[in-house]
Amino acid sequence: MKNTLLASKRLALSESGFVFDPVSGQSFSVNESGLVFLRLAQHEDDLDKLTTQLVEQFDASSVEIKRDVQDFINRLQGFLK
Amino acid sequence: MKNITTKNPWVAPVIVRHASSGMNKFGGVRDAQFRDEIAGVSIAELVEKYGSPLFVLSEEHLRQSVRRINRAFTTRYAKVRQAWSYKTNYINAVSAILHQEGCDAEVVSEFEYDKARRLGVPASRIFFNGPYKSRGALTKAVSEGARIHVDHLDELALLEEVAAELGILNFPITIRLNFDTGFAENWGRFGFNLENGQAMEAARRIAASPNLKLTGLHNHIGTFITDPRAYTAQVGIMINFMNNVEAATDCTITTLDIGGGFASRNAMQGVYLPPEQITPTAEQYAEAICGALAIGLKDREQHGKPLPELVLETGRAVVDEAEWLISSVVANKRLPTGQRAMVLDAGVNILFTAFWYNHEVRPARPVEGIPEDTVLYGPLCMNIDVVRQSVSLPPLKTGDLLSFWPVGAYNNTQWMQFIQLRPAVVMVRQNGQVDVVRRAETLDDVEEPERLPADLQPDFS
Ligand SMILES: Cc1ncc(COP(=O)(O)O)c(C=O)c1O
Repeated sequence: MKNTLLASKRLALSESGFVFDPVSGQSFSVNESGLVFLRLAQHEDDLDKLTTQLVEQFDASSVEIKRDVQDFINRLQGFLK
Repeated sequence: MKNITTKNPWVAPVIVRHASSGMNKFGGVRDAQFRDEIAGVSIAELVEKYGSPLFVLSEEHLRQSVRRINRAFTTRYAKVRQAWSYKTNYINAVSAILHQEGCDAEVVSEFEYDKARRLGVPASRIFFNGPYKSRGALTKAVSEGARIHVDHLDELALLEEVAAELGILNFPITIRLNFDTGFAENWGRFGFNLENGQAMEAARRIAASPNLKLTGLHNHIGTFITDPRAYTAQVGIMINFMNNVEAATDCTITTLDIGGGFASRNAMQGVYLPPEQITPTAEQYAEAICGALAIGLKDREQHGKPLPELVLETGRAVVDEAEWLISSVVANKRLPTGQRAMVLDAGVNILFTAFWYNHEVRPARPVEGIPEDTVLYGPLCMNIDVVRQSVSLPPLKTGDLLSFWPVGAYNNTQWMQFIQLRPAVVMVRQNGQVDVVRRAETLDDVEEPERLPADLQPDFS
């Protein structure tokens, strides 16, 4: 989990949601909330704090956001191996 | 306190990898849009009223489909009959519409025969096909004057006995042939083989019988035939055999039944190109078939023989595109492999064709967010219950509706009452009204045939 968050710092992010991984050479698309999350993760390694920041910005319960973020990180983990 | 309305709506974050292979695009294009109505009726309202999952037929689509095939052939050949292949979808409302449109019935069991008779189809307009017809079934069919397609020598012998018992002479019959067209794999298990002489042998047996007379030839090359040239070859071979068998046994063939097999706009698993590109139109099939008839039968009337009537047993291509299945998202999951998964309330128990088709899957509302590769599971507690191995779908919530299409062929007949009850089938009528044409099953329906011996009643007191 932590490792994935750290690894995500290497990703190059563009406004449009285009994401490039310089290590693997692969590219990705993320949606708006995914981009917000990856932006936050560039400066924050603590998942709880990250989630709190998302809860402040978005209209959903912290339970729902936590679950979706968890899911997103699991997905990310597979890509950044 | 923070003002809630200043917050952005939350959509689950999604990341998808850009695939290196261009082929991936097709899945995306085909499934990108949403569908919120069927024949003008809101999917959400249908489900609210009739429950989920729900099969939805469109009368308009069904009639247009059978008319188009009919028109394609009747404008190219003088004598054409369509026989509705009951096993494809024998819900009465479906069969009834097709009979209203002029179709005969093609049945492959006594059950289907009785079903057609009960719907009012005269026996003379029933083609009784298939590898198993009991003595009782044959007796009924012969005495009522049905059109019988013989599958094997044992059946021929039985049929002769039955006709003799009934005191009938020269009962007209058709034999089913199998042969290699050079296109589709020969379904050699049905009928009499042409290449090895079985078919001619059968014809001689019939010629020698006072009770029977050979008047028809039948062949079904297979199903989902996407190359019309297969039919050109089929018709050529059948006409050639017709000429040979007439010369050898002094019979007159009045029927050429070429079976079914036309493809629908459904995506076969393992086929990359989208169905819009590989599915021939009715007109293309008709051109291939009637072209071969025109060549093969050119001199026939000059030789004093009648033009045989062409019989089509088209199933899938008639009904597949006239029906949808609506299903609800029950759960979102992330698999250990990282793949996204959804559990739906409809599984292979009712969507049997999921075993070989990649149906078009569409959300019932416009959904924001990046589509992601998703596996769709049904509600059964069984590993085989996968309605789609891989489909690109945007994020969906529980309760969201998905439509599967085309599902009109082989689902309402091959579905099984397994773990779940079977849902309702409704039909959107041409006037926009919605009729239930098969109500949802109940526990009583399933248990009605059961008998529990009294001493086995468990006692939990
Ligand atoms: C004898 C016969 N006729 C007609 C059909 C209908 O075929 P389709 O649905 O491919 O048109 C079948 C299906 O297998 C068949 O076996």
